[in-house]
Amino acid sequence: MAAFGSFALLIALALAAYNLLAGALALRLIATGQPAAVSPERLADTARRAGIAGFVAVTGAAFALLWSVFTNDFSLTYILEHSNRALPLPYKFAALWSGQEGSLLLWAWLLGAYGFVLRLRHKTDVKLYAYAGTIMAGIQVFFLLLLCFPASPFALMRGAIPDDGNGLNPLLQYPEMVIHPPMLYLGYVGFSVPFAFALGALIMRYPGEKWIKITRVWTLVTWLFLTGGIFLGMHWAYAVLGWGGYWGWDPVENASFMPWLTGTAFLHSVMMQERKGMMKSWNVWLIFSTFLLTLLGTLLTRAGLVSSVHAFAQSSIGTWFVVFMGIVLAVCIFAYVLNSAHLKTEHHLESLVSRESSFLFNNLVLLTACFVILWGTLFPILSEYVVGNKVTVGAPWYNRVAVPIGLFLLFLTGVGPLLPWRATSFKNIRRNFILPVIALWATVIVCFAVGVNPWAGGQFSSGNFFALVAFALSVSVLTAILSEFIRGGQVISRQTGRNLFAATWLLTRRNTRRYGGYIVHIGVVIIVIGLAGAAFNKNIESELGLHDKMAIGPYTLVCTGFTQDSNDNYDSEYAMLDVYKGGQKQFQMTPEKRVYHASQQPQTMVAIHSVPEWDLYVVYEGSNPDTGQPIIKAFLNPLVGWIWSGLVVLVFGTLLALVPSLTPATASLRVPAARPITPEAALKGGH
Amino acid sequence: MATQSLRHRPAELWIKGAQAGLLAVAVCFSLGATDAGSRFNDLGHRLMCTCSCAQMLGECNHVGCPESGRERIELSSAIAAGQTDQQILSMFAAKYGATVLAAPTTHGFDLVAWIAPFAVFAAALLGTILLARSWSGISGVRAQAAAAETPTTDPAELERRERIRRETGADGGF
Repeated sequence: MAAFGSFALLIALALAAYNLLAGALALRLIATGQPAAVSPERLADTARRAGIAGFVAVTGAAFALLWSVFTNDFSLTYILEHSNRALPLPYKFAALWSGQEGSLLLWAWLLGAYGFVLRLRHKTDVKLYAYAGTIMAGIQVFFLLLLCFPASPFALMRGAIPDDGNGLNPLLQYPEMVIHPPMLYLGYVGFSVPFAFALGALIMRYPGEKWIKITRVWTLVTWLFLTGGIFLGMHWAYAVLGWGGYWGWDPVENASFMPWLTGTAFLHSVMMQERKGMMKSWNVWLIFSTFLLTLLGTLLTRAGLVSSVHAFAQSSIGTWFVVFMGIVLAVCIFAYVLNSAHLKTEHHLESLVSRESSFLFNNLVLLTACFVILWGTLFPILSEYVVGNKVTVGAPWYNRVAVPIGLFLLFLTGVGPLLPWRATSFKNIRRNFILPVIALWATVIVCFAVGVNPWAGGQFSSGNFFALVAFALSVSVLTAILSEFIRGGQVISRQTGRNLFAATWLLTRRNTRRYGGYIVHIGVVIIVIGLAGAAFNKNIESELGLHDKMAIGPYTLVCTGFTQDSNDNYDSEYAMLDVYKGGQKQFQMTPEKRVYHASQQPQTMVAIHSVPEWDLYVVYEGSNPDTGQPIIKAFLNPLVGWIWSGLVVLVFGTLLALVPSLTPATASLRVPAARPITPEAALKGGH
Repeated sequence: MATQSLRHRPAELWIKGAQAGLLAVAVCFSLGATDAGSRFNDLGHRLMCTCSCAQMLGECNHVGCPESGRERIELSSAIAAGQTDQQILSMFAAKYGATVLAAPTTHGFDLVAWIAPFAVFAAALLGTILLARSWSGISGVRAQAAAAETPTTDPAELERRERIRRETGADGGF
């Protein structure tokens, strides 16, 4: 199977290279109109078909690696290092992306899959799709070069083949690890599609904004995958790492967040181009930057440039990524300089207080947030380079610098939808803003009344202050968005006689983009409320003997036993804790510590009881070597469940925004059918 | 004189407001916990574990960590000995190197880490405001010219149209 896999990768490389070269040559011949021995249109079509065949070849390679994992073929170094016989079946799948070579193969396969769909849909706009397909083939060549030479997943073991493998990293043996990396990769890789379309449209001087409409679904789906991937990673960190948090500003976490920020900026600013033809250059560079940031994220993960808890797959392929990023940047700059005249637009705002200017400020804040995170991630390298002194840039720095920027962004989330396009009047502002402002101050008063007070305990707490601002802004933004729904619903209700709920639903279906977007904003607000709860986290650590108690918040934990267990994959120690509230037993928790046989590495299995107010989060820290009794650390983390609920709302809003809006019923007119356009004719005739 | 002081009052109020705001921000970033337990917690989140696990000292919880236990004892001892936060952080930095501090200091080149984000934000904000003003200036001239030609630029009419468009949902989104 190793030979089959290696051979499949070589064929895929040859096909991708052909796709790139033949595609580029064909498009050049078409653009210049030079006579050629072969019809350029036919050449372009063979390039497209090579791209489709390349996907089949990469699928063959991925199948070969999975087959080797499932058949415990430890003659392959990759399988030896990332799997073992006792590994449960779902985690055998996870072995595909648990190491560098496998995750690069997953990247190449997903890129092939996106390219496959793109090439099948080429009739939408043959010429633009030909450009995009050729650019994607260029990206695929890079990943296949990596897979065929410095990072082959099919490298064979030297010497005697061991009977069993080293096993999967225990941190990765958790259900979400079967979903989180593919989801994140779908997001990362997916941004190559809008990138390819943007670069292709720039090179071919594509007229109009149609390419943005074509890529809108791609961009939104990709953004959704990236969002889902980031949040699944947060939940994994929360449930597995056992430190009570979900976001540590680790360089690799930051690396996934940066393209999300620029991608979000693109989703907003692209509306300016669609509606008013503005910010064409800006949008092109936003999508270029997003793609480059996905590569930077991969570089940070792979090259070990900065210290990270995600050091699962470090190696020396960083240089390859640096060179590739340099080539991509050079191509982008060259294409832009050559074709920038095509992107010239007349920018005009009719008022400084309008939806357009709110998009400008939204982009400003998102891009500043991206810069801040990039700066914090790379500052240790910069400091070492400039003064020879490496420093740590950790959570305290991000909390002080990034949180205020995030709150400003939350403020814009509320203000933006309340401002109409073009211009507004003072009366309009007063009408739209009065309720949100009342809600804001009412929340401040309520927060003070329930003890969310920056000066609680006689001293100023910046965490409480930021939480107070976040709660007040969140309620204000929610009020603003809900009032938009209700106002629109009331109009429809008057027109159609439906009740307000049905009318609001009809309103949403009539403009799914707009109201789906508002639901996404509601999801973001719910997430922010959950994040703000972290200011009030509590924890306690104690050694618990049989029937010993520890109290946290309204709960009392009573130890009813501690024991050990073993299976083929790991040994475990765990404690059984009865949880009481108000003197009544509520439930039992069993926090656990595992030691995996193959790797001899320990792993925490946190016990979490989640209710809307908080999470009771209990960690088995180990046992006291003198007494043999368990050491338990309990956390009471307010509002964490809101983060995951907010994600559900956000996903729903995004899916809704992807659904076409209801259109008013119209009479149809029968006309004679037009002659079908062949791909060759379309390539000749432009888009 | 009375008229002049009245005229100056709004400016003085703005200055006093800005001073109060700056003071509040300074208070936000300078005050810290004072009792031993919360000082331990606070300092534990301003120091890193030195075992290369990339976790903060207050959060490092992996089994058999060779460093965090010792560091925690040193931190507790320093707090018990009555050292100030700054003295404790300096002591740790001198012993383990600058990477033990979870955030850059506010001296020397480290200061750049703190200043750059706000400087970039301020510059970008200024740039965006100037850009928006210049764009609206261009269109303002056009709008005036258009107003002379057609009565549809009447603000009340524009607002009515805008309201209709917004309320009937014929507006953009994602």
